[in-house]
Amino acid sequence: MKCLKCEKPATFHITELTGGKPQELHLCEEHAREYLTESDNEPSGSSNLTGALAQQLVGGTAEELARLDQQACPICGITFFEFRNQGRLGCPHDYICFQKELDPLILNIHGESAHVGKRPSRSPLNTERQTELIRLRREMKEAIQGEDYEKASQLRDEIRQIETSS
Amino acid sequence: MQINELARSSGEWLRGSGPESDIVISSRIRLARNLADYPFISRATAADRMELERTLRDRILQLQPAHLEYVDVNKLEGLDRQFLVERQLISREHAESEGARGVAIDSSEQVSLMINEEDHLRIQVMHSGLDLSAAWEQINAIDDLLESKVTYAFNERLGYLTACPTNVGTGMRVSVMLHLPALVITRQIEKLFRSLQKISLAVRGLYGEGSQAMGDFYQISNQITLGRSEQALVKQVGDVVPTIIDYERKARDFLIRESHENLHDRVSRAYGILRTAQTISSEETMHLLSSVRMGVNLGLIADLEIPMLNKLFIYTQPAHLQKLSGSELDTADRNIERARYLRRSLNKEDGPPAEHN
Repeated sequence: MKCLKCEKPATFHITELTGGKPQELHLCEEHAREYLTESDNEPSGSSNLTGALAQQLVGGTAEELARLDQQACPICGITFFEFRNQGRLGCPHDYICFQKELDPLILNIHGESAHVGKRPSRSPLNTERQTELIRLRREMKEAIQGEDYEKASQLRDEIRQIETSS
Repeated sequence: MQINELARSSGEWLRGSGPESDIVISSRIRLARNLADYPFISRATAADRMELERTLRDRILQLQPAHLEYVDVNKLEGLDRQFLVERQLISREHAESEGARGVAIDSSEQVSLMINEEDHLRIQVMHSGLDLSAAWEQINAIDDLLESKVTYAFNERLGYLTACPTNVGTGMRVSVMLHLPALVITRQIEKLFRSLQKISLAVRGLYGEGSQAMGDFYQISNQITLGRSEQALVKQVGDVVPTIIDYERKARDFLIRESHENLHDRVSRAYGILRTAQTISSEETMHLLSSVRMGVNLGLIADLEIPMLNKLFIYTQPAHLQKLSGSELDTADRNIERARYLRRSLNKEDGPPAEHN
């Protein structure tokens, strides 16, 4: 069995008893030490998230987990493995493309699945176009790095069009 | 803004006024916000971060009628960054991270807006004493003003989208900082923690590593950010505070009644050490100041005032001491400088500051 946080074999099997029902964590020595010495600086920060994620992923087989880990966001390029490794998402679109994994996680953390508070007063209709900008800028940078300047200039025009229309 | 100007003033939230300020130090609310058209910080390139910083800084400095000063955190020396952390104007993570980032601060130090922290924007409002409703109204107004100038990452179902799913929804953290020395002495603090955790409130110590809080300061905050309105979250934290205040007052009454001599002795010794020590660590200072602060609130010490004590908690920390003394000091020199600063402040010595080096 692999460590939940990296590629090394899991040699430590920790049963976490605090916070609701017991959960099993499988970690390599390094990450086990990190987990056990982690001081809870952020009240509901990464340890809470790690616990909830671990709890959720325990049911899956190794192949399922490996396949899931390779999934990447088409907008920002982050893989699911990177997300669960660092506990931070890469862009707003991740909430949509990893929805199947994130929804149960969010329900586990908050006990709720829908926002009921404040909303921006301006209609967020163009949010998708804004998200599209993240992808276009990334692709433009990649095009420049790959010296595909024709593609880069096309992308630049597309970006300008969205920026000026919003 | 000159950090040195800040070193001569002290923040509004330290003034030790406001409701229940003998036990409640401060009320703080923060909102996590991200722009819709940029990746979150973990996937942002150096260029993205620079654009984010420029865009947000411009919009923030246009805010009316707020008068905000901008500090480019990336250009600050390590000591100045630590100073802002001790002042609670930026987070430790913000101080220690890299790349384009900054903070806008109002002159009363009630409002701070951190750019490129864990999220693109972290808005924070801090008031003295138990004053959550006013803090919410103030931060909500700032958020409204900013929202008219930028497009936030927002999802119809999930609300405000944040880099960490633990903040999604309202993106709001409501915190109250409490001074609970009597609950610590009577060993009831653990019990309190457990009951707060059951209602999904988080407790952590101020400056402390792990669960041992330095100076008996504890911060209570909401853990859940989704599925409840901002007003409900303010109420959730606000409603539990009077109960905790009541426990702390009862524990103080108990100590006064059952072991008056012990308590008076403890407070007087703490005061004595702080007024006479020649070298003293930060930990010992916090510990003793905590006893003295309780002693003042219980009328056991008559010639000290709470705002002065609140100030000492902050000004005896490493970066503040070094800013005040005007030179970088190692631990041993800091302990000497700290003792000197405490003697000067508590013995009400007048005249110029003592020579050193």
